[in-house]
Amino acid sequence: MAMDKQTFEYAPAPESRAVVDIAPAYGLYIDGEFTDAADGKVFKTISPASEEVLSEVAQAGPEDVDRAVKAARKAFEKWSALPGSERAKYLFRIARILQERSRELAVLESLDNGKPIRESRDFDLPTAAAHFFYYAGWADKLQYAGFGPAPRPIGAAGQVIPWNFPLMMLAWKIAPALATGNTVVLKPAETTPLSALFFADICRQAGLPKGVVNILTGDGSTGAELVSHPGVDKVAFTGSTEVGKAIARAVAGTGKKLSLELGGKAANIVFDDAPVDQAVEGIVNGIFFNQGHVCCAGSRLLVQESVADEVLDSLKRRMSTLRVGDPLDKNTDIGAINSAEQLGRIRALTEAGEAEGADRWSPECELPSNGFWFRPTVFTGVTQAHRIAREEIFGPVLSVLTFRTPAEAVEKANNTPYGLSAGIWTEKGSRILWTADKLRAGVVWANTFNKFDPSSPFGGYKESGYGREGGRHGLEAYLATAAEPSNERSERESERDR
Amino acid sequence: MPTVPAYSSGAAVRLAEMADVTGSDSALRRFLHGLPGVDAVGIEARAATLGTRSIKTTAKAYAIDLAISMIDLTTLEGADTPGKVRALCAKGISPDPTDATTPKVAAICVYPDMVPVAKAALGASGIKVASVATAFPSGRAGMPVKLADTAEAVAAGADEIDMVIDRGAFLSGRYLEVFEEIKAVKAACHREPGPDGTGGPAHLKVIFETGELSTYDNVRRASWLAMLAGADFIKTSTGKVAVNATPPVTLLMLEAVRDFHATTGVQVGVKPAGGIRTTKDAIKYLVMVNETLGDRWLSADWFRFGASSLLNDLLMQRHKLSTGRYSGPDYVTVD
Repeated sequence: MAMDKQTFEYAPAPESRAVVDIAPAYGLYIDGEFTDAADGKVFKTISPASEEVLSEVAQAGPEDVDRAVKAARKAFEKWSALPGSERAKYLFRIARILQERSRELAVLESLDNGKPIRESRDFDLPTAAAHFFYYAGWADKLQYAGFGPAPRPIGAAGQVIPWNFPLMMLAWKIAPALATGNTVVLKPAETTPLSALFFADICRQAGLPKGVVNILTGDGSTGAELVSHPGVDKVAFTGSTEVGKAIARAVAGTGKKLSLELGGKAANIVFDDAPVDQAVEGIVNGIFFNQGHVCCAGSRLLVQESVADEVLDSLKRRMSTLRVGDPLDKNTDIGAINSAEQLGRIRALTEAGEAEGADRWSPECELPSNGFWFRPTVFTGVTQAHRIAREEIFGPVLSVLTFRTPAEAVEKANNTPYGLSAGIWTEKGSRILWTADKLRAGVVWANTFNKFDPSSPFGGYKESGYGREGGRHGLEAYLATAAEPSNERSERESERDR
Repeated sequence: MPTVPAYSSGAAVRLAEMADVTGSDSALRRFLHGLPGVDAVGIEARAATLGTRSIKTTAKAYAIDLAISMIDLTTLEGADTPGKVRALCAKGISPDPTDATTPKVAAICVYPDMVPVAKAALGASGIKVASVATAFPSGRAGMPVKLADTAEAVAAGADEIDMVIDRGAFLSGRYLEVFEEIKAVKAACHREPGPDGTGGPAHLKVIFETGELSTYDNVRRASWLAMLAGADFIKTSTGKVAVNATPPVTLLMLEAVRDFHATTGVQVGVKPAGGIRTTKDAIKYLVMVNETLGDRWLSADWFRFGASSLLNDLLMQRHKLSTGRYSGPDYVTVD
C-alpha cells in the first residue's frame, strides 16, 4: 500500500451558531405582543451541553395566565368564525415559514435542548412543518372528518408541552387546534422555552390574528395555573404520568375536555426470525434516539432466548460506533441530557438497576467536561421485577429481557402500567399481525421503530394517557361532539359579553 | 480466532471446515435460506443515515487520497485499443501530473486481451492489472469458455480476475452450480510464483450483478455463497446494466463480509462498481466501510471502487482543498 495506515477520524463538523440570533431576554407572548410578566419575574434557560446561559425569559404568574386566556377567548370569536379555507391559509403560511427558517430553528433547538443537530435538522423541523401542512389541509374539510355534519371548535385551549421535542410538540398541539378553529395558550417546558418564543415571532410573520396563539413561559406553577383557569375550555398535556394525573384531578368536574399523552415503557420485541441487522438498528433508534428522551422509546428489549446472544453482540458492536458529544456537530449521534435534574433521575435509576443485580454495559466514549451527559447504556439479566424494567427512565438506558415463546413475549410486553408504544421484529407477516393484535399499546411498529407521520394517530392506553394526536383522530380532541356542548357555552358567553 | 486473508492458504483450511454446508445442493440451499432476512426499508434507512455524515477538512483530505488509492480505473469498451489502455495506465500512475503527492490508483481494469498492454505500460509502478473474465458481462458461455477466458488473462499476467456469476443459475436456485463455478475459476486463477517470488495466484473478485439479483435477500445469499467458494473480493456490478452499485447493497455486502469474518476469521474485500462518479458518493462509501467494518478494511487491499470518471472528480476536489479554489474540468486530464 502506498499510503501510511491511519484511521479515518471525522474532523469536527459544527453547524454554525451564527445562523440564530438569541436575544438576551424574552417576554411573554400575549395578544400578539411580547410583554414582561406582571410581577417582573424571570428565569434563565441554559444550554445543557455547556451550561452556558442562552437567555432570560419571563416567568408567567396568575395575572399573566388570566390575560392570555382572556386574549385567546376574545380572539376565538373571529377565528372560529373564519371559513376553514381562510384558517388554512395561515397554517400553510406558518408551515412554509418553519421550512424557510428550519436551519435557524434547528440550531436553536439543539442549543436549548441538547439534541444532536442531525436529529433537529432531519427530524424535529421537518416533522413540525409537516404537521402544519397536514392540518392546514383538514381546516376546510372538517365536515367530512366523521365527527358530524357541522363540527364545532371548543374554544380556548390550554396546552402544556414537554422539553424533549419542544417545537414538534408545539406543532402537534397548535396545528390541530388552529385548524379546527380553536385558539390557544401554550406553555413550553421550563428548560426549553426558546423555540416556542421563536414560533411566536413566526405567528407574527404569518400575520396570524392577535390572540389566536399565546405563549406563556414558566415552570410547573404556570402550567397548573393555566390548566385550572376557568376560561380554558380544553386542556392538552404531554409529559409525565405524575403531572398528568394531577391535571386530570384539577379539571375533573369542570366540563373541560382533556387529552393526555404521558409516559411509557415500550417493549421492543425481537423474534428469532427477525432481520437481525435492521432489528439492531431499530433497537438503537428505539432507545438512543433523542438521548432516550422519548415517551414512546423502546426502553425494554424483549429478545427471544434462542437469538439473544447474537442480537446482544451485534447491539454492543453497534453501540460502540455511536458518537456522543457536541449537539451542534453534524456527526453527533447522541447529545446532552436535557437538565441536571433529568441526569440525576437517570443516574438514580441506573444505580438501582445495578443494586438489584442487573449487568450494566456501556461502550467506551469520552464525555465533555461541562454540561449533562450520560453514556448509552444497556442492562442485561433484567427481570420483570427490577425497577429498570418497570419505571420510565427517559434516558439512553436499555433494559434487556428474554422470552421463549410468542405468548410469553406478549405477556411480558403487556405487563406494565403503561401502554404507549411497542415494536415487533420478525420476517413473518402472520406473526406481526398476531402479536400486534394482542399488544396493549397505542402505537405498534413492525420492523421499524420511532416513526412518526402527521397522518398517523398517536396516543396511549392505561397510564400512558388518553386521546389521540395526529391524523383524523387528532381532530376529535379539538372538536365539540354532540355530547360535549362546550363550544356552545363559548358562543353563549360571547353573546353575553357583547 | 486470528484473521487470515481470503487469498491465504489458511483461508482454504477455514473454508474446508465449512464443507458441511457446501457439501450438497440441499445443504447449501438450507444454509443460504437460513441466513437472517434483510428488511429493505431498514437497510435503506441505515445507508441514508450514514450518508449524512459530514466529512470536512482533514478528514476529507484523508478520504480523498484514500479513495484515489482504492480505484480500479476501468475501461471496458468494445472500442478499447492499446492506445486507450496505455493512456489509462499513465493516468493511473500519475493521476495529477502537477502534484506528485497524489496517490496512485490501485489497479487498471481491462478486458483479457488488453492485459499484456496494461502489464507493459504499468511496469514496476506497483499498480495491479485487473481483468474481467468468464464471458463478462453476461456470463452466458459454457464453463470451458469461461475457464479459458480466465486462464488467458492469468497467463498474460493479470494480478486480479473479476469474474461474473451465472445469475440465471443463481435465480433458478442452482446454488451449488454457482458455487462450483466460482471454485473452478478460483482454481484457474492459480499461478506459480516467479523465481523472484512475484506473481502467484491472481486474486479473484466475484461480481454478482446485484441489479439482476434484485432482492437484498439474494445479495446476502450470493455474498455468503461466493465467500464460501473462496472469493477474495465480492463485487456488486459489471457497470453494464441499469442498476449498478447502490449504498444499501454495498452496506449489505459489507455486513456479510463482517459476519463471514466473525464466523470463519477469513477477511474478504468489497468492491462497489458502476455509477460512483462523485467525491461525495465515494466518501459516503468510505463512511460505510469505516462504521461497518472499521479500519482494517480501509485500504486498497480490502476495498476498491470500480470507476472511471470518479477519479477526475476526486482530483478536482483535491485541488480545491489544497488551493481553496475550484479549478474545473479543464484542469484535469481527460483520457
